[in-house]
Amino acid sequence: MSLTAAQKFHAYANPARFMALSDRLLAPLWALTLLTLGAGLWFALFNSPPDYQQGETVRIMYVHVPSAWLAMLGYSVMALASAVALIFRHPLADVAAKSAAPIGAAFTFLALATGSLWGKPMWGTWWEWDARMTSVLVLFFLYLGYMALWATIEDPLRAARAAAVLALAGAINIPVIRYSVVWWNTLHQPASVFRMDGPTIAPAMLLPLGLMAAGFTLLFFTLHLVRMRAEIMRRRVRNLRLARADEGEA
Amino acid sequence: MAEFFHMGGYAAYVWTCYGLAAAVVAALVWQSLSDWRRQSSLADKLEKAAGGRVRRAAAPAREDDR
Repeated sequence: MSLTAAQKFHAYANPARFMALSDRLLAPLWALTLLTLGAGLWFALFNSPPDYQQGETVRIMYVHVPSAWLAMLGYSVMALASAVALIFRHPLADVAAKSAAPIGAAFTFLALATGSLWGKPMWGTWWEWDARMTSVLVLFFLYLGYMALWATIEDPLRAARAAAVLALAGAINIPVIRYSVVWWNTLHQPASVFRMDGPTIAPAMLLPLGLMAAGFTLLFFTLHLVRMRAEIMRRRVRNLRLARADEGEA
Repeated sequence: MAEFFHMGGYAAYVWTCYGLAAAVVAALVWQSLSDWRRQSSLADKLEKAAGGRVRRAAAPAREDDR
């Protein structure tokens, strides 16, 4: 790569405006995240009733449902950013897509693990190969495959294209997960919050669930900004090294 | 208090769930922040080592954006 090409790529990969804006946003975002999560945990653990059927295990819901929500949100952000990267070549889009993946993968893992911990006492099984659980497991593997693709292709521009195609192809799984409990007979219960006829969950449980979901969502976007900033820096480091190597040759 | 930790007999499931979530979130936060610190200090070091000429060449967006 010649110095001018490195310079050109760098101009795109170093959007100063994004860095300045995100720098100002991060402190208030962290504060808001901690506040919301703290309030959510307080209600989830101390100030909400046990379920009449499930007893205290219902408290697992306040971690499980927001985790599953982030698993879906993370992939949607990734797929959307990938589409923008492929179509408009926006300089920040593939940074955004790449940075969403590890967060989404972590929360998909949490959704699966906490679901298992809830399933054992309530359904009598850690795992069942039903539509909801299997499609979420596929989501987890899509995240891992996406991250592996980024890791194996050295050139960020080529890696971004290949990973974006994978992310978009895998996006078909998102509606499959959403409607899996409707299309198939599953052990998993259907939606009880986002329904056409309104939530069917008790208000005393909807409040901690809503706070935890909001807190998790804030955490997602805060971490996403931190990771995007780190990724931009990683590219700056790469380009500075390339420029130095070029100078050494000249 | 003991009753609270007992979780109606489901302590093992409920507390494992919350403990696991706390561990995964803590690891994710730690990894994200330490990656940011490492990359930005590396970039600083390389820019200093390269001196003003490459610094200007390496960050043209900065002047354009302001």
